[in-house]
Amino acid sequence: MNNNLIQYIYGIADNSLILGQRLGELCGHGPSLETDIAMTNISLDLFGQVRSYYQYAAQLIGGDATEDTIAFLRKEREYKNVLLVEQPNQDFAYSIARQFLFDVYHLLVLQELHNSKDETLSAIAKKSIKEVSYHTRFSSDWIRRLGDGTEESHNRIQTAINDLWIFTDELFHQTDADKAMVFEGIGADVTLLKSNYFKKVNEILEESTLEIPTIEYFQKGGKQGIHSEHMGYILTELQFMQRAYPNMTW
Amino acid sequence: MTEELTHIDQNLFEILETVSDPEIPVLSIMEMGVVRSAKVINDNVEVQITPTYSGCPAMDVIADDIKLAFKQKGYEAKIELILSPAWTTDWITPKGRLALEKYGIASPLSESADKEALLGNKKLVKCPQCGSFNTKLVSQFGSTACKAFFQCEDCLEPFDYFKCLK
Repeated sequence: MNNNLIQYIYGIADNSLILGQRLGELCGHGPSLETDIAMTNISLDLFGQVRSYYQYAAQLIGGDATEDTIAFLRKEREYKNVLLVEQPNQDFAYSIARQFLFDVYHLLVLQELHNSKDETLSAIAKKSIKEVSYHTRFSSDWIRRLGDGTEESHNRIQTAINDLWIFTDELFHQTDADKAMVFEGIGADVTLLKSNYFKKVNEILEESTLEIPTIEYFQKGGKQGIHSEHMGYILTELQFMQRAYPNMTW
Repeated sequence: MTEELTHIDQNLFEILETVSDPEIPVLSIMEMGVVRSAKVINDNVEVQITPTYSGCPAMDVIADDIKLAFKQKGYEAKIELILSPAWTTDWITPKGRLALEKYGIASPLSESADKEALLGNKKLVKCPQCGSFNTKLVSQFGSTACKAFFQCEDCLEPFDYFKCLK
């Protein structure tokens, strides 16, 4: 069993699981019908991608492991998602800012992962790129609309970007599993994506008449399994059915 | 392109054609291009299918429907979900595109035209009700992951547009 590979898969897939769960919270609560449908459609794409990753991880783990045991029965510290994706929805500007800051990163990672020596990861990445390109287009458009919109929308999206900015640096940290997988030609080297990421993000912020935050203090921990307080609440809701009714299926 | 990549035994083709897409019942899974191979191995059928979108909830239903269709013909079918090569809207057959239009869903444009249409730059999507090109994008995401939502400005009917996926 290749533990580094399994941990690496969690590092990629858990981001999509937790962000998908956050977006799912908006089902029936979006600010308009169109955005509600869009956010939940993105959530569905992410869950689909997660299933492919977890099915592969379950195969590597063997025994009784399934995609469901991985999704629903791990403990908080065993989830390796970045802090950014667990941040709450608050208002629509926060949901869009979180989506945008993650989408740009997600697409860059997938474009690298597409060249992975691991055929399964490469196939999942190739499939996901098509979907995530569309997510990026959607969230970038909304950054422009809110930033270059009314004074109110401009202020709200600027506040959201400022608040979430502290979670961007963690995206480019490497765990030991990440390093091992990069070394083997399986993982994407996130350290190489940083300058390109900020170039793309800053370009769109400027187009949207938004200021690029200049803070120097960043939060980290999610990739090591050390999460914010929000994570416990997310998992409580996410895991409820499997904890209350073990092994239930639809 | 579909023909080059797929390996479907001729006698299984007819059975697979009876299985329809649960979201778009007028379209068979063969016309959708989601069946990548179907072979008889030791009296059992092995079928490979590929999802349109990763999270498409129709895939589980399609897999069950394929099993059922083969069972009625006396076969046990084993279904495998494959991701590579990734599905593209190019694999929807010409017959499938006609069926979509008839059902009220505008069929996918070419990649570059699709981009222009979804950015709202050009009016390229044809209304499946009245045939007018005077249509506008309402929402980039529609009733399912594979569609966007449009409205015709001539007949005023809202309709789904099947997004190009390449």
